[in-house]
Amino acid sequence: MTDKALTLKRKFAETRFKIYGLASLFLAMVMLVVIISSMTYRSIPAFTNYGINLEIKLANEFIDKDDLDYRGIIRETIFSLDSECDDRKCRRSFSKLFSSGAAYDLRDALEEDESLYEKNFNFYILFSDDADLFYKFGIDKNLPENERRLNDQEILWLEGFQEKGLVEKKFSSNLFTNGDSREPEIAGVLGAVIGSMYTILITLIISFPIGVLAAIYLESFASKNRITDFIEVNINNLAAVPSIVFGLLGLALFINFFGMPRSAPLVGGCVLSLMTLPVIIIATRASLQSVPPSIREAALAMGASEMQVVFQHILPAALPGILTGTIIGLARAFGESAPLLLIGMVAFVVDIPQSVMDPATALPVQVYIWADSPERAFVAKTSAATLVLIFLLIIINLAAVILRKKYELKW
Amino acid sequence: MPNYHGLYSLLWSQLVPLLLLLIFIVIDASVKELFIFERLPESIILIGQDEVNYSVNVIKDNIRNLDVLISLDILSIESANGLYNQYFLYRTLFLSIISLLSGALGFFAISRLNMRFDARRNVEKILRFIFFIFSTVAVLTTFGIILSLIFETLRFFSQVGFTEFMFGTHWSPQTAIREDQVGSSGSFGAIPIFTGTLLITFIAMIVAAPLGLYSAIYLSQYAKPSVRNYFKPMLEILAGIPTVVYGFFAALSVGPFIRSSGETLGLTVSTESALAAGLVMGIMIIPYVSSLSDDVMSAVPESLRDGSLALGATKSETIKKVIFPAALPGIVGAMLLAISRAIGETMIVVMAAGLAANLTANPLSAVTTVTVQIVTLLVGDQEFDSPKTLAAFALGLVLFFITLILNVIAMITVRRYRERYD
Repeated sequence: MTDKALTLKRKFAETRFKIYGLASLFLAMVMLVVIISSMTYRSIPAFTNYGINLEIKLANEFIDKDDLDYRGIIRETIFSLDSECDDRKCRRSFSKLFSSGAAYDLRDALEEDESLYEKNFNFYILFSDDADLFYKFGIDKNLPENERRLNDQEILWLEGFQEKGLVEKKFSSNLFTNGDSREPEIAGVLGAVIGSMYTILITLIISFPIGVLAAIYLESFASKNRITDFIEVNINNLAAVPSIVFGLLGLALFINFFGMPRSAPLVGGCVLSLMTLPVIIIATRASLQSVPPSIREAALAMGASEMQVVFQHILPAALPGILTGTIIGLARAFGESAPLLLIGMVAFVVDIPQSVMDPATALPVQVYIWADSPERAFVAKTSAATLVLIFLLIIINLAAVILRKKYELKW
Repeated sequence: MPNYHGLYSLLWSQLVPLLLLLIFIVIDASVKELFIFERLPESIILIGQDEVNYSVNVIKDNIRNLDVLISLDILSIESANGLYNQYFLYRTLFLSIISLLSGALGFFAISRLNMRFDARRNVEKILRFIFFIFSTVAVLTTFGIILSLIFETLRFFSQVGFTEFMFGTHWSPQTAIREDQVGSSGSFGAIPIFTGTLLITFIAMIVAAPLGLYSAIYLSQYAKPSVRNYFKPMLEILAGIPTVVYGFFAALSVGPFIRSSGETLGLTVSTESALAAGLVMGIMIIPYVSSLSDDVMSAVPESLRDGSLALGATKSETIKKVIFPAALPGIVGAMLLAISRAIGETMIVVMAAGLAANLTANPLSAVTTVTVQIVTLLVGDQEFDSPKTLAAFALGLVLFFITLILNVIAMITVRRYRERYD
C-alpha cells in the first residue's frame, strides 16, 4: 500500500469513528424527542370532550333542594331527544351514550347558582367515552356489530345529534380537577398529584434532617476507622440497590411488622425516604467538601468549637449545594413507582386524600393503573398524565438549577 | 455561655423520653392488637362450639375495628369498652412513667451545672452521638433489607425445596384454593425467570453499551465545550424521565410496532416481546453508561493522549489504542453498574414484558423477569403465609444479592482505576 493510500485510509477511519460517536449521541436525542412528542401527540384528545347542549326544565317543577334526583333530571332531559325510545333496552342503550358524570356536573352547577332552581336553562352534558371517541376518530362500520363498542342504532343516534348541530366540543378540565374514576371522560389526576405531594412531604421530613446530619458526622466528626468505612460502603451500596427491594422492605417491615396502614402516603414516604437518604448523604458530603478548609481554620482559630464551625460557617456556605442535591433526590423519588406498587398504593382511589393516613396513589402509579385499563379513551388520559408527571419533574429540576445558579458560592 | 447550659439540660431531659415516645407511637397499634387478642377469649360471647374457629378468624380480621365484632354479636359493647379502658389505663401509665423519667433526667442535668462545668463540650458530645446514630440509618436499612428478605425466604424454603426453586424449569405460582383442583400445587422453578431477566438485560445492553460508549467518546474527546455543555444535560434528561413513562411508551408504541413489522417479515411476534422491553430499557440506561464512561475517559492523564498524538497517531487511533485501554477498568465498572440497573429495573418490564414464564432465548417471544414476578405476586390482596407471596421475597433476595455483587465489583474496579491515575 502506498503512503497516500494509507493516509487516506486513516483519514477515512478517523471520520468514520467520529460519525459513529455523533450518530449515537444523535440517536439518543432522537429517542428523547420521539418519546416526548409521541406522548404529547397521543395526549391531545384527553384535553377536550364532546358534549351536547340541552335545556333543563326546572321552571314548573316542585323541587326539594336537599333530595334532588340529579340523575333523574339528566335522564329526563336526554330522553326528550328521542321520544320513540321508551322500552327498557333502548333506554339503557341510549343513556349509555352520555357520561354518568353529568349528574355531578349538574349538582355543582346548581349549588353554584341557586337561581337556576326555578329556571329553564341550557346545560352542557358530556358524552361518555365511547360516544366521545366516535366523534373524535369515527368508527369502522365494516366490523361486525358485536365487535364494535357502538351498535348501529347508537351510531345512528350520534349522527343524528351531529346533523341537528347539537354536538359541541369543549376544553375539558376534568384531568386536572378530578380524582380517579372508572369513566375515562371524568377521570383526573388531582388525587394522584395530592397523594404524591403527601408522599414527597413525608420523604423530605424524614430523609433531609437524617441525611444532612449523617453527612456532617461522616465528613466533619468521624475519625477514619473500620466503622465509618463500613458505613460509607453501605451508603454507596444502598444508592445502587434496585428500588423494588425497598418496596419489599417496606412491605415486610412497615406493613407486616409495625402494622402501618396499607396504601397510605405515610408508608410510601417512609420507603422512599430510605431510598433518597443515600442520595442526600452523598450530595451533602460533596457540598461540604467543596467549602475551602481556610474557612474552617479561621473559625477554629477564633475559638469556635468543631460543632460551631460546622453549623455557623461550613453549613451555611454548603447549603445551596445540599438543597440542590436534596431536590434532585426528591425528584427521583417523585417519579418512582415500583416500591409504591408493593405497599398497596395501586388502590383505586376516587376521593382526594385529605391526610397522610388516607389511602392514596401517586402520580406515576396512576399512569401505571390507567395504562392497564382496557378502555381506549384511557390511552389519551395516560399520555396526558405522563405529560403532567414530566412537567412537574421539569419544574422541580428547574428549581434545583435556579437555586444552584443563584446561590452557589464559587471559591 | 448560658445557652449551652440550657441546651445541656434540655437534651438530657428530652432525648431518651422522646425516643421512648417514638418507639411507643410506632408499636402502639400492634401492642394494642396483641393486648386485646390475648384477653378476648374471656369476653367473646360464644353461641356454640362450632363457631369458635369462625369467630377467631373474624376477630383476627377485625382486631383493629372492634365495632365490627360488636355488630356481629361476637363481642358485647360492655366487654369491648372494658378492654379498651384496660388498655388505655396501661397506656396512660406508660406515658406517665415517660414524663416522670423526663423530669428526673432534667433534674439530674441541672444538678450537674455549675460555674466550672464545660457545657459546650458536653453538649457537643451528646450531639455528636446523635449524629452518629443518624449515620447508621443507612447500615440499619441494609440490615433491615437483608433480615426481612432472609426471614421470609426461609419461610418460603420450609414449604418449597431449595433445589426446586433454583434449578426447576417450570414456574406457575398459582396455588389452588381447593386441594382437589387440577394443578393445585404451584411449581416454583425459577430458571425461566432468571433466563428471561438475562435475555432482556442482554438486549438492553446491546443497545446501551455501544450507544452510551460512543456518545461518551464523542462528548469527552471530540465535542467542543459549548456542545458538551449543551448535550450532557440532554442525556441526563433521558435518565430523569420516570421509568413508568418508558414502560408506557414500550407497551403502547414499541411493542405493537415490533409486532407489526415482524408480521410483514412473516415472523410471529408476541406483543409483549422481550425485544420491545429490552430496546426501551436500553434507551433508558444509555445515560448511565455514558456519564460514567465519560468521567473515566476524561480522567485519563493528558500526557498519555499528548504522547500518542505527538507520535503521529490520529485522534481515533489515540482513542482506540491508548485512551480506551487505559480507561478500560472504569468502563467495565460502568457497564456492570448499567447491567445491575437493568436487572433491577421494574416498571418497563412490568408494563411491556409478559407474565408467562417461557424458557426461551427467542427475543420475539414473551418472557418474564424477576421484578415482574415480584410485582405480580405481591400486588393486590394476599395472605402472607402462602408460598405464592413468599416466593416474591425469595426472588427479591436473589435480586438483591446479584445486584449487590455487581455493584461491589463495579465500585472496586472504578476505585482501583481512579487510584492508578490520581
